[in-house]
Amino acid sequence: MKLAIASGKGGTGKSMVAANLAYTLALTEPVTIVDCDVEEPNLHLFFPATATGKDVTVPVPAIVEFACKHCGKCSEFCQFGALTVLPDRVLFFSELCHSCGGCTLVCPKGAIHEEPKRVGVLELSAPLPGLKLISGTLDAGSPHAVPVIRDAKKQAAGDPEVILDTAPGTSCPVVEALDGCDACILVTESTPFGLHDLQLAVDVAARLGVPAGVVINRSDGKDKATLQFCIDHDLDILLTIPFDREIAAIQSRGDLLCRVRPEWQKDFLAIFLKCRALPGVE
Amino acid sequence: MKVCITAQGATPDAKVEERFGRAPYLILMDSETESFEAITNPFADGAGGVGPKVAQMILDRQAAVLISGLLGGNAKAVLESAGVAMYTYRSSGSVKDAFGEFKKNTLERVK
Repeated sequence: MKLAIASGKGGTGKSMVAANLAYTLALTEPVTIVDCDVEEPNLHLFFPATATGKDVTVPVPAIVEFACKHCGKCSEFCQFGALTVLPDRVLFFSELCHSCGGCTLVCPKGAIHEEPKRVGVLELSAPLPGLKLISGTLDAGSPHAVPVIRDAKKQAAGDPEVILDTAPGTSCPVVEALDGCDACILVTESTPFGLHDLQLAVDVAARLGVPAGVVINRSDGKDKATLQFCIDHDLDILLTIPFDREIAAIQSRGDLLCRVRPEWQKDFLAIFLKCRALPGVE
Repeated sequence: MKVCITAQGATPDAKVEERFGRAPYLILMDSETESFEAITNPFADGAGGVGPKVAQMILDRQAAVLISGLLGGNAKAVLESAGVAMYTYRSSGSVKDAFGEFKKNTLERVK
């Protein structure tokens, strides 16, 4: 099963849930955990290990100057303004390029070919027996997170159990991470902001056709509005984690709740089993 | 010589638009004949990369000078490479006013 952890609102505890889930599951079966929050990956903090790097590249146009007749067709075609044609040369702005390859197709002189450009890196490690960590990191200054997320997911393709920790929000990086997953866990907190963004995340998951369940984290017991929303939208509450100083302390020192307090393992294992049983999950 | 000025309206009496790529109109003033041509900016509401696209459009129209408020790095790089002289005008006057100041050589050159 490919299981994504998303949230809408940032700081609700996606990585906490993902890390504890992976840790618990890895005690009994092989698990791959993928950090898809490539602009700010953090799972390596919970699973320190020596990693192997693998570059993520995207194709960008390279222009053979002597073949180019400066007709301007490529610039006209590019929706992103990445190519500007001057009478005597072509200017290329790589940070605007979306790697669609259209310019190579429309060039009547065949003067454009594609070359790889590095935009990020995948860090591959095996921090615990049974646990594989794939951590995507976008290079500073690279504007597109999606290619790094795509490569990180590809790296895990074929692995039996994959847990994907996504970025906060509901924009392209989250959509890319969720796309094709069998189920997703939406982590929220009992605040109005948490609920507001949960609603957005539920909408995104529904549009992508990914069955979702909810984890309420840092619950202060005032979860009525969240519970009502989940009832109204037919969403299972997979787990409620209390607002607790000890849990916060464990998390803050980079440790894992399920390692320090093994009695939590059954709750996290139960999340996994409940996800498998969500309607729509095969 | 053609002088391109970013504008909020389609005539020289319109106010100068401070944004370059997202200016609704571009007014091309001809310094010899004192005539003008107004172009609607098709990229004003574009998602991204509008700076270089509008710069390309100005080059295609063979303007030698650009007067605007704020220029982004990419648009500036294009116009600089093509040898277009760039000036800033931020006094919230009309296209005509900006053109007058350009002719008096009192505008600040973008470097």
